[in-house]
Amino acid sequence: MGESIKTDVVIVGAGPAALFAVFELGLLDIKAHLVDVLPRAGGQCAELYPEKPIYDIPGHPMITGDGIVEKLLAQIEPFHPTFHFEQMVTELEVLSTPEAPAFRVKTDAERTFECRSVIVAAGGGSFQPKKPPIEGIEAYEQKSVFYAVRKMEDFRDKNVVVVGGGDSALDWTLNLQPIAKRLTLVHRRDEFRAAPHSVKAMRDLVSAGKMELRIGQILALSGADGRLAAAQIKSAKGEVSELAVERLVPFFGLTMKLGPVAEWGLNLHENLIPVDTARFETNVPGIFAIGDINHYPGKLKLILCGFHEGALAAQKVYHYVYPEKKLVFQYTTSSTSLQKKLGVA
Amino acid sequence: MIKITFIDSFGEKRTVEAEEGSTVMETAIRNSIPEITAECGGACACATCHVYVDEAFLPLTGGPSPQEEDMLDFAYGTQANSRLSCQIKVTPELDGLVIRTPQRQG
Repeated sequence: MGESIKTDVVIVGAGPAALFAVFELGLLDIKAHLVDVLPRAGGQCAELYPEKPIYDIPGHPMITGDGIVEKLLAQIEPFHPTFHFEQMVTELEVLSTPEAPAFRVKTDAERTFECRSVIVAAGGGSFQPKKPPIEGIEAYEQKSVFYAVRKMEDFRDKNVVVVGGGDSALDWTLNLQPIAKRLTLVHRRDEFRAAPHSVKAMRDLVSAGKMELRIGQILALSGADGRLAAAQIKSAKGEVSELAVERLVPFFGLTMKLGPVAEWGLNLHENLIPVDTARFETNVPGIFAIGDINHYPGKLKLILCGFHEGALAAQKVYHYVYPEKKLVFQYTTSSTSLQKKLGVA
Repeated sequence: MIKITFIDSFGEKRTVEAEEGSTVMETAIRNSIPEITAECGGACACATCHVYVDEAFLPLTGGPSPQEEDMLDFAYGTQANSRLSCQIKVTPELDGLVIRTPQRQG
């Protein structure tokens, strides 16, 4: 484990509410590190609806999911936030008193932070791979069934079956085919969401007899002691056939799970974190919750509400980071000191 | 008045009124129909409002759009009559529509 990173605030999540919180914190000279399980910023905007138009962002009659993320990233650029992607905050430990809180935050990528405040902006939770609804699949997980490929060597000279029709499925089909004993791609229809060039590469391999493409859905698995032996596949016409399998790699997209947030000693209300509506602070002083993950009377899960919540939370965070200073409220339109921070004065 | 009947995976029937211009998913959520999750809220960005459209109504509802097909890849137990209910608009012709819900959403 490396040295722990000392910073003012750790933000759990990197969706729109988290990004705008960086701006509001930055205006108050508060530095933030952001941790997100996804490989890029944007949260649900980037993962669920990058190209969908959003009509209720103030000042933007229409903007896409990707569009708002791009603009938020440009807006917070002057504050140089540090992003830690593809990892999940697993532990949150309170180090000191409620009056002068301090926290130790750990991720599953062995990164440790020490900070004065934590802002939980985790939306609907962390994105995790969806499991196909095959009875008893859990028994084979991490031995024969993998939802992500971490070590290619585990697949060498094995009967590998990849399931899905998107980029992940096609990319891993192409990457694993050269080392697998035999590779079969199973997809429910003969059309693919993946990039056309990878679909073509896959079809070329099929034509050359180097891999197999099966159109259908997996019905059942068989094996023993966590080691897969075979999968039953039902074709679109309803015919059932059997396929020898040693490694199964299903790509069924992502779903949101609350995950470790539930274990941090925060009060929860139906998987949401109750906060006060003046500071958006949780029951643990120094830990805030903003955006879709919080709950209070009248809560609306709108991006614009997340922005407001981040702005108010930042005011209270300031008192924890600079307990001896008095906060003077200023406008970006008129304050030279704010404009200097933004690099425009 | 447009009526939709939802039949769950246990065979239980629920007939509810639907508003023209809304979607089948919205109708289900408003009426607390079980077995429809609608995680993304109707953006055609997940596959948790997956339903089976009664064969008799397929010509009226039509089939899934290419984007919807992409999302159906993430649904479980898809069939030829699979649709995402957020993508079916309620029209007067659909009065009497029969929808079956799957045992499990994504």
